[in-house]
Amino acid sequence: MTVNELSVECSFDAVCVPDGEREISGAYIGDLLSWVMGRANAGNVWITIMSNVNVIAVASLADVACVILAEGVSLDDELIKTATKKGVNVLKSDLPAFETAMKLSGKVL
Amino acid sequence: MSEPLVFHFDIDGNDFSAAGQASVQIKKSLRQLGLSPEIIRRVSIAMYEGEINMVIHASGGTADVKVFEDCIEIILADKGPGIKDIDMAMKEGYSTASDTTRSLGFGAGMGLPNMKRYTDDMKIESTVGVGTTVTMRINIA
Repeated sequence: MTVNELSVECSFDAVCVPDGEREISGAYIGDLLSWVMGRANAGNVWITIMSNVNVIAVASLADVACVILAEGVSLDDELIKTATKKGVNVLKSDLPAFETAMKLSGKVL
Repeated sequence: MSEPLVFHFDIDGNDFSAAGQASVQIKKSLRQLGLSPEIIRRVSIAMYEGEINMVIHASGGTADVKVFEDCIEIILADKGPGIKDIDMAMKEGYSTASDTTRSLGFGAGMGLPNMKRYTDDMKIESTVGVGTTVTMRINIA
């Protein structure tokens, strides 16, 4: 499944999707950035409530397929520009992390 | 053997939002050299963790990356406070980072363990009051 398809199928709003055809495999949930860098795999969906600039850096370096910001969190305009420039896909969900993950169940594993 | 390709960076110690610039640059350069995505991922994460450590603990430092035919060497050097107990610092979950650092999502005590996890060899030389040098090697052949 691609990031574009996930956005449509799960009704996650696109915050910025510079690489929507990126394939997704698996998911990781976490807000502590080093845990994410240590445990998330390349191609994962990363669900978090953190939304600072370091999230964009970690998403890029850890090579995740997309970030999903849970709990209705969003990015400010400057960060959207940074994410777009770095090719980092960001979606958002109004649901908490668990319910957001539930929507992925059976789709991205 | 041919000379390694060398990259040098100065890491600004007071800016969390700028932290990672060296890692991002290295990621780009390694991609241009045609290295595999997994190698690039390991190098850039290990280097980013090191950069963040220098910002959190040492008011910055320098990063030198040497690309040899068979491996990549990353040398991170700072003139920070030094590491009192390296064994403790290597334990997952042990951290001396401030609350401010933690509120940004760092300070989980996973930085040095991640650097070890993603590299084939890591050496820490540290003297309290003088500084720390971390040398990491990632095999590419």
